[in-house]
Amino acid sequence: MAGFDKVVTSYEAAMEGLKDDMTVIAGGFGLCGIPEGLIGQIKHMGVKDLTIVSNNCGVDGFGLGVLLEDKQVKKMVSSYVGENALFEQQLLNGELEVELTPQGTLAEKMRAGGAGIPAFYTATGYGTPVGEGKESREFNGRNYILEEAITGDFAIVKAYKADRYGNCIYRHTAMNFNPMAATAGKITVLEVEEIVEPGELEPSQIHTPGIYVDRVIQGSFEKRIERLVTAKGGK
Amino acid sequence: MALSRDQIAMRVAKEFKDGDYVNLGIGIPTLAANFVPDDISVMLQSENGLLGMGPYPNEEEVDADMINAGKETVTASTGASIFSSAESFAMIRGGHVDFTVLGAFEVDVNGSIASWMIPNKLIKGMGGAMDLVAGAKNIIVTMTHADKHGNSKLLPACTLPLTGVNCITRIITDLAVLEVKDQAFHLKERAPGVSIEEIIEKTAGKLIVGENVPEMILD
Repeated sequence: MAGFDKVVTSYEAAMEGLKDDMTVIAGGFGLCGIPEGLIGQIKHMGVKDLTIVSNNCGVDGFGLGVLLEDKQVKKMVSSYVGENALFEQQLLNGELEVELTPQGTLAEKMRAGGAGIPAFYTATGYGTPVGEGKESREFNGRNYILEEAITGDFAIVKAYKADRYGNCIYRHTAMNFNPMAATAGKITVLEVEEIVEPGELEPSQIHTPGIYVDRVIQGSFEKRIERLVTAKGGK
Repeated sequence: MALSRDQIAMRVAKEFKDGDYVNLGIGIPTLAANFVPDDISVMLQSENGLLGMGPYPNEEEVDADMINAGKETVTASTGASIFSSAESFAMIRGGHVDFTVLGAFEVDVNGSIASWMIPNKLIKGMGGAMDLVAGAKNIIVTMTHADKHGNSKLLPACTLPLTGVNCITRIITDLAVLEVKDQAFHLKERAPGVSIEEIIEKTAGKLIVGENVPEMILD
């Protein structure tokens, strides 16, 4: 690796330094826009007691769901976790802790974490179980709760194209949580469909500037579809 | 007769105005997209990061990178935009979405809503529902007026854990259209053939019935 060239050529190098008890922020919404190979590498490494911050926890046998198979996850911070039988079983057994967080609050926690903002007020969750035990304050006649930012030891991100400097773009709704996740990792790893040379991506079209990115790896993706609905079989 | 799911959706679609940005929850709310009148345009927001959600794709259009908030494959309509989750919830929490339509287990006379959690059952999470009810300018709840045992879902106070407080202004059920204000439900319309007595009987919270309660117009 020289200068700003952040490309690594092995998954071992991509996730080097990940240890037990660390916090990993993962981009993706359901199975859309997930860093499949980086998740596979975490499973391969066998690190335990991870805290995973991700909107969802994959499905049985795919996405983050594979990390449950060897009980690598201590805690999930997510907005929705209903797609996964193993998750349910470990939750009911007390082997897994879950911190349910409203989706917009989760996105903002990552954004704030990456932007150096330690906490923010939001109306979301006021008066609900989410607001219990949190500081609240009134602004202009409306009640808000204080939510704290999230940062991770690692952020694992899936992008469409990146240049060697880590400047990247996402494709369609595979963007989702990835741009915020990218900003909030002490070490941010991008897994991409295509690596290009610096200068090939239009500077004004970059979604995540390379300053947030530490490592870039060329991935290969199955891109499994969670709910295939077509016009013919449509509702 | 109580309305079918499609008929509730039909009545919901009548609330939309030309040029509205609308977020539709899973279930009956999603069906409302099928009944938007031909002479108006609304743009559908999907909270995973799509403004201008189109129909489901043809088989050759299916793209794993193109899904809606229900994780179903979709298309983008002409003039759509795609953005991050933070941007998506900035437009929701910042009050830029005109309507959000969602289902509920319970609603009460204070406009509070319970829709995400039944204690001692599996808790799957709130997804974006808490953000949506805290942020949208107008929130419509669609649900059956009573549960399958006949218990009212329109209560003096919600009994289940809340999704949001003092936020619901309009409820469209299989029996009636109601407004929520001044710590009461106000009966605005009734389903064709449904008596005011039946609505009174199935509304546990305080209900204000005016002199004239017209039947809904559905088509």
